[in-house]
Amino acid sequence: MLVVKNLTVRYGTLAAVSDVDLAVNDGEVLALLGPSGCGKSTLLRAVAGLEPPAAGEIRWDDTDLANVPVHRRGFGLVFQDGQLFPHRDVAGNVAFGLRMRHVRAAERRTRITELLELVGLAGYEHRTVTQLSGGEQQRVALARALAPRPRLLLLDEPLSALDRALREQLAMDLAGVLRVAGATALVVTHDHDEAFTLADRVAVMRAGRITQTGPPDEVWRRPADEDTARFLGCGLFLPGHVQDGVVTCELGTAPLPWAPDGDVTLGLRPTALRLAENGVSGKLIRSVHRRDHVRLQVRLDSDDQLVDAVAGIAETPGDRVHLTLDPDGLAVVR
Amino acid sequence: MRFRVLTVVLAMALAGCSVGTTSDDQGKRVVLVTHDSFAMSKDVLAAFTRKTGITIDVRKLGDAGALTNQLVLTKGSPIGDVAFGVDNTFASRALDEDVFVPYQVEVNGPAEYNIDNTNRLTAVDLGDVCLNVDPAALSAKGVPEPTSYADLTKPEYKDLLVMEDPATSSPGLAYLLGTIAKFGDGWQDYWRALKANGVQVVSGWEEAYTQAFSGSSGKGPRPIVVSYASSPSAELDDKGNPRTKAVLDTCFRQVEYAGILNNAKHPEDAEKVMDFLLSAEFQSQVPEQMYVYPTRKDVTLPEAWQKAAPLPTAPAELPAKDIQQNRERWISEWRGIVQG
Amino acid sequence: MARHSPGLKPRGLALIALVPLGFLAVFFVWPVVAILRLGLDEGGVLATLGTAEVWRLVGFTVAQAAGATAVAVVAGLPVAFLLARTNLPGLGLIRVIILVPFVLPSVVVGLAFRTLLPDGGVWAIVLANAFFNVAVVARTVAGLWTHLDRRAEDAARALGASRLRTFTNVTLPALAPAIGSAAAVVFLFCATSFGVVLILGGARLRTLETEIYLRTVELLDLSGAAALSLLQLGAVLAALSIGAIMRRRRETALRLRGKAESARRPAGGEWAVVVLAVLVVVLLLVPIVSLVVRSLSTADGWRLDGYRALTGFGYEGSLEISGLDAVRNSLAAATDATLIAVTLGTMASVVLVSLARNKVRYVEVIDTAFMLPLGVSAVTVGFGYLVTLDLLPGDLRTSAALVPLAQALVVTPLVIRIMLPVLRSIDERLRQAAASLGASPWRVWREVDVPMAGRSLLTAAAFGYVVALGEFGATSFLARPDTATLPVAIARLISRPGELNNQMAYAACTLLVLVTVAVVAIVERVRVPVGEF
Repeated sequence: MLVVKNLTVRYGTLAAVSDVDLAVNDGEVLALLGPSGCGKSTLLRAVAGLEPPAAGEIRWDDTDLANVPVHRRGFGLVFQDGQLFPHRDVAGNVAFGLRMRHVRAAERRTRITELLELVGLAGYEHRTVTQLSGGEQQRVALARALAPRPRLLLLDEPLSALDRALREQLAMDLAGVLRVAGATALVVTHDHDEAFTLADRVAVMRAGRITQTGPPDEVWRRPADEDTARFLGCGLFLPGHVQDGVVTCELGTAPLPWAPDGDVTLGLRPTALRLAENGVSGKLIRSVHRRDHVRLQVRLDSDDQLVDAVAGIAETPGDRVHLTLDPDGLAVVR
Repeated sequence: MRFRVLTVVLAMALAGCSVGTTSDDQGKRVVLVTHDSFAMSKDVLAAFTRKTGITIDVRKLGDAGALTNQLVLTKGSPIGDVAFGVDNTFASRALDEDVFVPYQVEVNGPAEYNIDNTNRLTAVDLGDVCLNVDPAALSAKGVPEPTSYADLTKPEYKDLLVMEDPATSSPGLAYLLGTIAKFGDGWQDYWRALKANGVQVVSGWEEAYTQAFSGSSGKGPRPIVVSYASSPSAELDDKGNPRTKAVLDTCFRQVEYAGILNNAKHPEDAEKVMDFLLSAEFQSQVPEQMYVYPTRKDVTLPEAWQKAAPLPTAPAELPAKDIQQNRERWISEWRGIVQG
Repeated sequence: MARHSPGLKPRGLALIALVPLGFLAVFFVWPVVAILRLGLDEGGVLATLGTAEVWRLVGFTVAQAAGATAVAVVAGLPVAFLLARTNLPGLGLIRVIILVPFVLPSVVVGLAFRTLLPDGGVWAIVLANAFFNVAVVARTVAGLWTHLDRRAEDAARALGASRLRTFTNVTLPALAPAIGSAAAVVFLFCATSFGVVLILGGARLRTLETEIYLRTVELLDLSGAAALSLLQLGAVLAALSIGAIMRRRRETALRLRGKAESARRPAGGEWAVVVLAVLVVVLLLVPIVSLVVRSLSTADGWRLDGYRALTGFGYEGSLEISGLDAVRNSLAAATDATLIAVTLGTMASVVLVSLARNKVRYVEVIDTAFMLPLGVSAVTVGFGYLVTLDLLPGDLRTSAALVPLAQALVVTPLVIRIMLPVLRSIDERLRQAAASLGASPWRVWREVDVPMAGRSLLTAAAFGYVVALGEFGATSFLARPDTATLPVAIARLISRPGELNNQMAYAACTLLVLVTVAVVAIVERVRVPVGEF
């Protein structure tokens, strides 16, 4: 397993990563989630051996990696834009790591076929990499990184360069591949959908520090602070009170069995308020189609506040509507 | 692909190995450093090798000035054993810098051209520099043949003279020295007049003689050129008569010397080479090979020479020391007057 | 600790750097410093520097070099476009044709231009110098242009920019590193050009280079020569620094794309550029063709006498060795020189790129040091050898090995200038990916940099070979009569009387042209096929 302790990485005088503790267990996929510039890529690069730490240590299975150069760490690397070798074909790219480990030709061929099948590119061995689409290139990059059976797979925003539809599809496929391969992986991303699809655990990072680590569910439902909650989609914050697994706030009540009793700060995502027969009333200002739902903007009667809500079908602006709390869209900020 | 590149590179390398192909002969070698105009028949050289077992390795280093300068630069650790081609315009410098060591050749003739009595340099040949004219071209222009330096400043000789830059050419320098010897302190005026009369200056003898002069194969535009007293011997018509003439009153004596270099690697063999340079076999070949006159008294000139290119009897001369002291200043002044 | 890319460890880097730097030190710095010191010891350097004549020389030298550089750049850019961005037929031929002027010895080019422009003069010098160097610009710029991502230009055009504006606002800035390097090299060549100025300038127009030659060889005025050498060095360093600054400001990692993607059929206004390029190529051919014509035409009509005579020794033994021997000497020396230069140049490029990747500050200084041999007069180096090389074991001063060594001095900077831009534009992350897959630093070089820069290495080798073949200045000074190369033989033949010698000289020139064409054509074939990259 990977253990990172008190890691600090500097660019000049600026600390890109400050005193970070992190652990990735064998067979686990950890997502490093955070906005641009929070230092997550730097952290990844430090783990890979591409950035020298200013302080702290990085250990794999209890061996300090401080003096171990990049090419001896046995960590696979997948970049945002693939970085395939243009002077080799697909098979040549995938075979690279195997050649470095002096794997025999016959065995290489078998492994290449195996991996290309795994990433869904069976039969692509002799294609030219410069003619592949973005998604195909990323799959090849993944296959290439997995081929030499790395101890740890490091993925730096692997899907960010792809378009949305492709991204979702590939995220599922990637998650599947990682599971099948039993890979230990550290994924860096700014997209929480991606993080939650891929990861067994999520570490939220901001301004060079890790603010929260935990399973996706936990991070989603119980973000550590308001900034994290905001990053994870919460637009509105309300005080509430939890009693016996039910939370009460000015916009209504909802069952929240996983919430602790007592006073809490509720974070509301757009999906927290749902169009209903009864509940808090307000005037519909706007109705926008999203991919699989309709987003509403409602001005509440009670205090003229503008809130987001969701519905199954479009409504006419100007109508009077009622909103109830949907527990799926709620987060409890610690 | 890698394999292909490797084979090509290897092939090129094998085709190319130049260093190490020159094998050193067995036997003794003497390095003769000289100027670019050195030439001698291979038979004569081979005969010498057969007689003495010494092979002469000729290294050409440029013209007389370049030769002298390189000898001076490498004195004490010379690049040869014998040097031939230092002429009277540069001899003083070489002697002052102790480039040569004494050796006396027992031959009648060279002694009268000795610069000093140390026997460090022995005169090997004479190559007087004179104006050469093309009589046919001149008479076609209705102009009489010039007989002296001063004639060239006359208006009828406008735009007829081509000469070499004294800074880069030894005949050019010799001509300049001749005018200095003749006119003394007033030499600058002569050159101002020449410049006004349209003298063309080129950088080397080859360009002047073979391209600008009308009397040679180049059939150039100018019928008067600064060249050698011996040049007419190469311009013979079918009947053996020379087509060009040297103006004997405009000659400056050029003597070429040879000497053994200080700290040479093979001093004894060098002495034998010196003897060879003054031998009858070598000296009788110098007219044909290098267009110069032998210094050895008992050698007769080829017949064509006796008719076409007699040795000037009263050429202008300047003491070697004077030349050494003033040459750069004179050249620089000349450049200012003519090229400025 | 400097942020360190998966490159070579500092110790390994230092070891590699030692070889080219050591070569530079022994065969360049030491002789030049020795001869300059002799001159400075003589005294009078400051006096020389104070004369108006010297500053006139400097002015003329810089002016004609700048003019020739401008002409070469303007002429070379359309040709670069043709080579890099179009896929018209016949490009291989054009690539070969433009390289030929580069190999012609300067003496020959001088004569060719003098037949075309009999009065010589400043324009003749500028045109002749530019003639040599169009290839440098065209090939260096095309080398980078091929790899530029076309999408930036397409984006600009989509935003409404005209072709011209796209060129000036998008393409030109991206090409600036290549143009800057090429211009620096061309300026160097033009400022130190010798044969051309000698023949076309006559006695009136003199540059620092010809004056240095004069003062060193003819007058042994070492202090004057030293003064002028220092001035020349100053001008050269200034030029190199400007080139380096230009490069540094614009260098970013460019995405390398295969040629198939960026070369297309010209459209609309681009045809005008194509026509311009073809015009330039035709103009380059004119002096070459006139040489070939001269080699065949005698007083008796079209004859092959000159060629036949090449097996011999010229009219009345003008040459010490036969023409064919001179050819063999040329090929041998050029091969040795190219092998040396490619080895040293690659090592130097590796060191420079590694230093640049680790953001080391004094990279530019080392880069400039390698370029210096181009800016110092060959005669200064040659005379320097006379004074220093006897101190090394085995008196090399009269050795045949000096010729390829001196040629290598001139070719190595060219190798570096061609390989460096391509090496520097290899994405650092690609190398990191390779390292993460288990490639040690050496392996990364072998697996990533070498294949991707492989074409530029071949280009550099071919270019270098051609330069070595035509090198005249240093070779004429250092070659012995029996090791004379073809350019030296040609110069000798031209300077001797006799029409046969002239014919031989022009025939030998034609031979040089043919050999160049053959060599370059072969190397062009060996390059990697399109599919791979």
